[in-house]
Amino acid sequence: MSVNRAQRVDLEVVTDLIPAKSRVLDVGSGDGVLLELLQETKQVDGRGLELSQRGVNECVARGLSVIQGDADTDLKFYADKGFDFVVLSQTLQATRNPKVVLDELLRIGNRAIVSFPNFGHWRVRFSLLIKGRMPVTKDLPYSWYDTPNIHFCTIRDFVNLCEELGATVEKATALDANGQKIGLSMPWWFWNFFGQQAVFLLKR
Amino acid sequence: MGTDMAAQRTARTNDEADHPSSPVLQFGPDKPLKLEAGTLLSPFQIAYQTYGSLNDARSNAILVCHALTGDQHVANTNPVTGKPGWWEVLIGPGKIIDANRFFVICANVIGGCLGSTGPASTNPATGKPYGLDLPIITIRDMVRAQAMLVDHFGIEKLFCVLGGSMGGMQVLEWAASYPERVFCALPIATGARHSSQNIAFHEVGRQAVMADPDWHGGKYLEFGKRPEKGLAVARMAAHITYLSEAALHRKFGRNLQDREALTFGFDADFQIESYLRHQGMTFVDRFDANSYLYLTRAMDYFDLAADHGGRLADAFAGTRTRFCLVSFTSDWLFPTEESRSIVHALNAAGASVSFVEIETDRGHDAFLLDEPELFAAINGFIASAARARGLSL
Repeated sequence: MSVNRAQRVDLEVVTDLIPAKSRVLDVGSGDGVLLELLQETKQVDGRGLELSQRGVNECVARGLSVIQGDADTDLKFYADKGFDFVVLSQTLQATRNPKVVLDELLRIGNRAIVSFPNFGHWRVRFSLLIKGRMPVTKDLPYSWYDTPNIHFCTIRDFVNLCEELGATVEKATALDANGQKIGLSMPWWFWNFFGQQAVFLLKR
Repeated sequence: MGTDMAAQRTARTNDEADHPSSPVLQFGPDKPLKLEAGTLLSPFQIAYQTYGSLNDARSNAILVCHALTGDQHVANTNPVTGKPGWWEVLIGPGKIIDANRFFVICANVIGGCLGSTGPASTNPATGKPYGLDLPIITIRDMVRAQAMLVDHFGIEKLFCVLGGSMGGMQVLEWAASYPERVFCALPIATGARHSSQNIAFHEVGRQAVMADPDWHGGKYLEFGKRPEKGLAVARMAAHITYLSEAALHRKFGRNLQDREALTFGFDADFQIESYLRHQGMTFVDRFDANSYLYLTRAMDYFDLAADHGGRLADAFAGTRTRFCLVSFTSDWLFPTEESRSIVHALNAAGASVSFVEIETDRGHDAFLLDEPELFAAINGFIASAARARGLSL
């Protein structure tokens, strides 16, 4: 798990955005690494929704409140504004209908936190432009034919979608290839080119 | 097995109905049980077992609810069958539900036949067994009686209520009726209502019992008889629903029983036939036929949403109880969808809920068996709830 944490700098960024004792729903909770981190460091009242039964069973065995379910179909069962924060960490690109999912996140949470790999990163562009191949990188390790990631977007695409859904970006962070935050003073095009991952704090 | 031994066990079952070999709590005329059927049951009694000890804060009590044919002997040798307690794999000193740490209570349900008031108990008004004169008992009635037992121990809030199948229905009823008295709830392999198919199977069982001439309109004990054939058939049919096709095939296939070839007759040629006959025969030695009618009826009548204006989420509105639901992939009596609809209702109510579906081919009965993933889930859930409740390890 410590290996996971080191690889997932975005989790630290997400954690920093959440005040102590918040009510948090983690959509796509995987093996529970973020929920556990949030419970340890922020004493949150955390819940999880996870697609894989193996992940769910692992979470529950570790004492986390997680249910099996699909972000595409099961978010409708949650009440309006039932949580302070709804987190979608590295999962948006794997949903069948990211727009609907994002809309649901904004309905269920007072705030939504979304992190995703940026398809506008220069390595991705380089792979397509020069090599003419779908990119396979450290962050995006799958080949095109077996990837669960079916709806990639760039940081700019995401910002557009937020506007379309009437969501306000309260905070945005881009992480470069080394997991370092990119300076706030940098313009969007710079983020979109050098940001390997992005974390957005949204409100509607 | 010898007929004498079976007769002895039968006699012991009859005796257990009024004079159980476990502790029993009697409620006199001043404390009637108000039944959903609209009448009062009074006097009545509850037979129960406890394991471990209640802490000073009275905060470490776990109530175990038993299934249709279970009893209060959850973690001790059963006085009727001589077999280990029905959930000894899970409950006892040093087990996952650790009796060194928790105060575990398990009561025979009202309508049962091992000491809590049921159709085999003596009706004080007539001096004869109640038989069908006992009013219909519901899951809510069972839970209300358990709450009176919990009151007796001076326990305001149970740390946990858990159970599978009909026991799971009681867990859900507890959480809905007494949300402030249940810190965490663990309903396993159950549903918020009995499905049409489940009612159908129960009806087959009841009709088998009632078709047996020895049933005598429910008054068989007065005639010194028992509808053993009918009850055995009921058990055989029900037992099939507790397993799965895959498990049956794995265990028995088309294997022949103690013979080389088909006999071209109606003996138990196949192992599965012999197995079912054995299940039926051993069941009638330990269970009262009328009790079987009453308890199957209680399950049929259970519909938690209907009790709350048709919306299941309303049964749990504002609840602060922590829930963990468990289902099994091969359970066709209470399929995963039943648990999932409860989970959705709990989500809509904003409740804290975990839900685990366990991959197994052992069917509904998996909840009674040694299932490592089930135990891991229960262990994780109980441990984190105990931390939240401030119960030290």
